[in-house]
Amino acid sequence: MSEALYQSIVLESSRNPRHAGRPDVFKAEGQSENRMCGDKVSVFFNGAELRHEAQGCTILAASAELMCEAATGKTTGEIAILSDKFEHLVKTGQETPELGELNALASIAQYPSRLRCATLPWSALRDAIARAGSTGGPANG
Amino acid sequence: MSTTLLPLDVHAIRRDFPILSQKVHGKPFVFLDSGASAQKPKQVIEAMRFVMEEQYANVHRGLHYMSEKASDAYENVRDKVAELLNAGSREEIVFTRNATESINLVAYTWGRTALKPGDAVAVSEMEHHANLVPWQMLRDAHGTELRIIKITDSGELDWDSLEQVFADGKVKLLALTHMSNVLGTYTPVERLAKFAHEHGAKILLDGSQAIVHRAVDVQAIDADFYVFSGHKLYGPTGIGVLYAKAEILDSMPPFMGGGDMIASVSYQKSTWAKPPHRFEAGTPAIIETIGLGAAIDYVRAIGFENIAAHEQHLTEHALSTLSGIEGLRILGAAQDRGGVISFVMKDAHAHDIATLLDRQGIAVRAGHHCAEPLMGRLGVTSTARATFGLYTLPEEIDALATGLERVRKIFA
Ligand SMILES: Cc1ncc(COP(=O)(O)O)c(C=O)c1O
Repeated sequence: MSEALYQSIVLESSRNPRHAGRPDVFKAEGQSENRMCGDKVSVFFNGAELRHEAQGCTILAASAELMCEAATGKTTGEIAILSDKFEHLVKTGQETPELGELNALASIAQYPSRLRCATLPWSALRDAIARAGSTGGPANG
Repeated sequence: MSTTLLPLDVHAIRRDFPILSQKVHGKPFVFLDSGASAQKPKQVIEAMRFVMEEQYANVHRGLHYMSEKASDAYENVRDKVAELLNAGSREEIVFTRNATESINLVAYTWGRTALKPGDAVAVSEMEHHANLVPWQMLRDAHGTELRIIKITDSGELDWDSLEQVFADGKVKLLALTHMSNVLGTYTPVERLAKFAHEHGAKILLDGSQAIVHRAVDVQAIDADFYVFSGHKLYGPTGIGVLYAKAEILDSMPPFMGGGDMIASVSYQKSTWAKPPHRFEAGTPAIIETIGLGAAIDYVRAIGFENIAAHEQHLTEHALSTLSGIEGLRILGAAQDRGGVISFVMKDAHAHDIATLLDRQGIAVRAGHHCAEPLMGRLGVTSTARATFGLYTLPEEIDALATGLERVRKIFA
């Protein structure tokens, strides 16, 4: 059985997240929801730090965790580039070294119905950045 | 492997369903999503091919050979549906697109005329959105009230709640599922119809799931309205049925206006055709209706007694097999339940379950099953769901169990 998607890094990221949970203070919160399945994710943007709160499947939780890990400390400009590269990864399945551990989600390309689970946290992050920007927010690049 | 004798020759039946011999991801296709839409036997496919190749023209309109042939074949299906439901007459059968449209038709026409602002419609906590949203729309447009009857933790209708909802005499329609598409619960429809009538209300039954597994007798039930979709009954998409008692249909204004539904038309005024044509504006789904006729012939030839026994056998097998899986919880425990089994697993989200099963060739549904409020009542956001049809083998349930064991190990 092809269980490539559920490799240990994905399971591990969803099970033992290091960036999960609503922080006490943050500059902006972004949200994204998949109405079709009820999955929800919030991303909290706090300058250099990113945290998430994901309610849904393993792929959503893993993607949120890997995203926060990869995007922490990056400028909004760098995040935008990363986001585009990630989008390309999950649509084509083609890995690139810059994406590091995010490459673990490459095989989502073989599961078109699950694509949204992987991209949802990134929409929430873009939302958070936009909100932070409009309130005169944090790091920009 | 189950060694008990099956009530049906399922292997012979499976040969009628061409799609079942497919491989999915290189594995035998185990289709456990018939509750969403069933596969089609070649008898249905052939009937639809036949009408297109040899007997097609518009119905009720042409005074020519082909139109007469097609009209006869189309109207003949009305008789088949009337027999299937044991309706009092063929004029009580209205063709729609699906169960959803049937309910909307009732809400829009009967709801806006027979119901007065302040009257109430009662539905249960375990309705499909198709039997909830049209009543909300009626409430918002027409000022009726919408009341919700609770279910018990075992997934059965809560009779105390039913009585409370009816206590002030305002409920004029009880709109209920005949079988839950999430919990598999059958509702005691005869008792409910009697209850509704004693309280001065009509009863509408959503038979989308029940019609597939059991013989339905609308006269014995004393149903005022009964709806279902052809595509779950091994027929094509695009054709559904509304049964309503003749005197009720007679009193209802049209749903949509256009060709076929009129008696006479002038620029000043049109008069309506008698039921059922009053409710069938425009060219109907001719080919699909004929496909539905073939599906009805198919299930009736197998016999509902056999179909029901098969469903019971599969349900019992599934309940006992799946309940042996560590961390798996089956939702609902109704006394009278059938081939719809929703479950959740510890640490594995329904979507992950469905994806992993899919890679083993096993198709189940995952999500809220168009019953979001029920998910809230059950305290879950989504479930995985296996549903059975007359082609389902006990071995496929065993394959599901094996697949779920693998899922469990991955997430353990
Ligand atoms: C209980 C129930 N009611 C209504 C429906 C709606 O059926 P359709 O989408 O064919 O109108 C379904 C099917 O999804 C169902 O299971």
